[in-house]
Amino acid sequence: MKAFTDVFIPLAYMVAAAFFIIGLQWLSSPKRARQGNVLSAVGMLIAVIATVLLEEIVDYTMIGVGLAIGALAGIVVARKVKMTAMPQMVGILNGFGGAASALVAIAEYFRYSSATMPSIDTSITIMLTTIIGAVTFSGSVVAAGKLQEVISGRPILFPLQQLVNLLFFLASVGIGAYLVISFGDPWLFLIMTTVALVLGVLFAIPVGGADMPVVICLLNSLSGIAGALAGFVVSNNALIISGALVGASGLILTQIMCVAMNRSIANVLFSGFGAHVQSSGAAVAGKAVKPIQAEEAAISLAYARLVIIVPGYGMAVAQAQHAVRQLADELDKRGVDVRFAVHPVAGRMPGHMNVLLAEANVPYEKLYEMEQINDEFSRADVALIIGANDVVNPAARHDVGSPIYGMPILNADHAKQVIVNKRSMNPGFAGIENELFYNDNTSMLFGSAQDAIAKVTKAIKEL
Amino acid sequence: MTEGLLSAIYIFVLASFAGFSVITKVPQLLHTPLMSGSNAISGIAVVGAILVGGRLEGQLQTILGLVAIALATVNVVGGYLVTDRMLEMFKKKPGEKK
Repeated sequence: MKAFTDVFIPLAYMVAAAFFIIGLQWLSSPKRARQGNVLSAVGMLIAVIATVLLEEIVDYTMIGVGLAIGALAGIVVARKVKMTAMPQMVGILNGFGGAASALVAIAEYFRYSSATMPSIDTSITIMLTTIIGAVTFSGSVVAAGKLQEVISGRPILFPLQQLVNLLFFLASVGIGAYLVISFGDPWLFLIMTTVALVLGVLFAIPVGGADMPVVICLLNSLSGIAGALAGFVVSNNALIISGALVGASGLILTQIMCVAMNRSIANVLFSGFGAHVQSSGAAVAGKAVKPIQAEEAAISLAYARLVIIVPGYGMAVAQAQHAVRQLADELDKRGVDVRFAVHPVAGRMPGHMNVLLAEANVPYEKLYEMEQINDEFSRADVALIIGANDVVNPAARHDVGSPIYGMPILNADHAKQVIVNKRSMNPGFAGIENELFYNDNTSMLFGSAQDAIAKVTKAIKEL
Repeated sequence: MTEGLLSAIYIFVLASFAGFSVITKVPQLLHTPLMSGSNAISGIAVVGAILVGGRLEGQLQTILGLVAIALATVNVVGGYLVTDRMLEMFKKKPGEKK
């Protein structure tokens, strides 16, 4: 039996890892993505079964209880969660993953004592896993709290913040390094863990709500790295491979988000962007916006050939995606070519806007990425902007003084006519005036997205 | 450095490269399911948790293991199910929606 499991279990882990990679590969097209996810889940099941079969596993009660509690909770959250709340959900799950890895390392730490010190590389990985897992956990809880608006979504800043962060970072690493050498003292180990938990909080609180996609991606990556490190601790290749995959995925997404905002990761994490309302607005001084009524907007849209809709987070907050889809359907019936232009940072996590529109049954063929659609705006008769702001602000192109200067934007201003739906003239999240609203070919359709869009749809039906 | 650690680092680096090359091909459209799906994969920590919780080494290990198993399982089950829920929405063909 032992010889059999010695061969079977590592092979099972290898199969699991292969399934994870193939599953991720199938995510490259919406047609096969769902099967890919199932395959990945099967891989996980294989890995879990293989682990339970390991000879050293003797206590099945606790495992059963843990799996049952976790599975039940997982099923409930996955069913209940609203699509608008996906970023929080992913955030908190990242935190759980990080916490699980840290707990594995903590449990391993307490197996040893100064008398039975583990090898140096085991103790290094124990300390690293504990620190990274703890930072991932508390950082994710704060990020999810901010997204859920339990904690203020605005950046929370205090004097000497970066110095304090640096001190906490050095403290956790310093204590960790000391423990690698001396190992003993469980109190010091607990202090290190606590310092790491505080560090996670400090890391997440200065980041503003609109920058959350970056933080969520980074925490996603950290949860993977923590998992891989936990794999080093318990010498398990399945953990190392899967952790590396997730770490890579999170890093790529972090990079994509930063490029889409033309900001460095350091700038996102440390600048407290949007804490102070900046007014660059020199270009808009003395200009007034032109309001438009639903009926007028309906005529422009109904007789257009190409309409490009630019949805932003405001649309999601107003739960207006269904109203928007009805409008698109109505236009579609009249033979108008309707497309959706999705900016990479629209929403609160990568790809969030696509999910919200898919939930409202907008076919994914109608969703276009920025690079695909930016040249089409000049052909568009109407660009309809719903709850988006900074991602269509032309100041990003030419106003060197603007905080969003250099950020790639959607060329909505190139359309023949621009209709902007907004509740009021309050500036967007970054607190920047938007020149687009003051352009000659721009009209403002005021009102909450759901009402305003429904009115337009009604007016089109009556035409 | 022990040989075990070295081969673990080998595996880690190679898997990272595999991850990079596969994930750069995922379109923006599917980035949210990618995150929740990869999130579920990071729930693989459940394997580590089973190892520390199931060995019957001491009460502390058992309790920590139990908590870790439960947390990682929420991650795994919640992650895969919610990803499936999202991908189901993407799979619908335009003709089926009305």
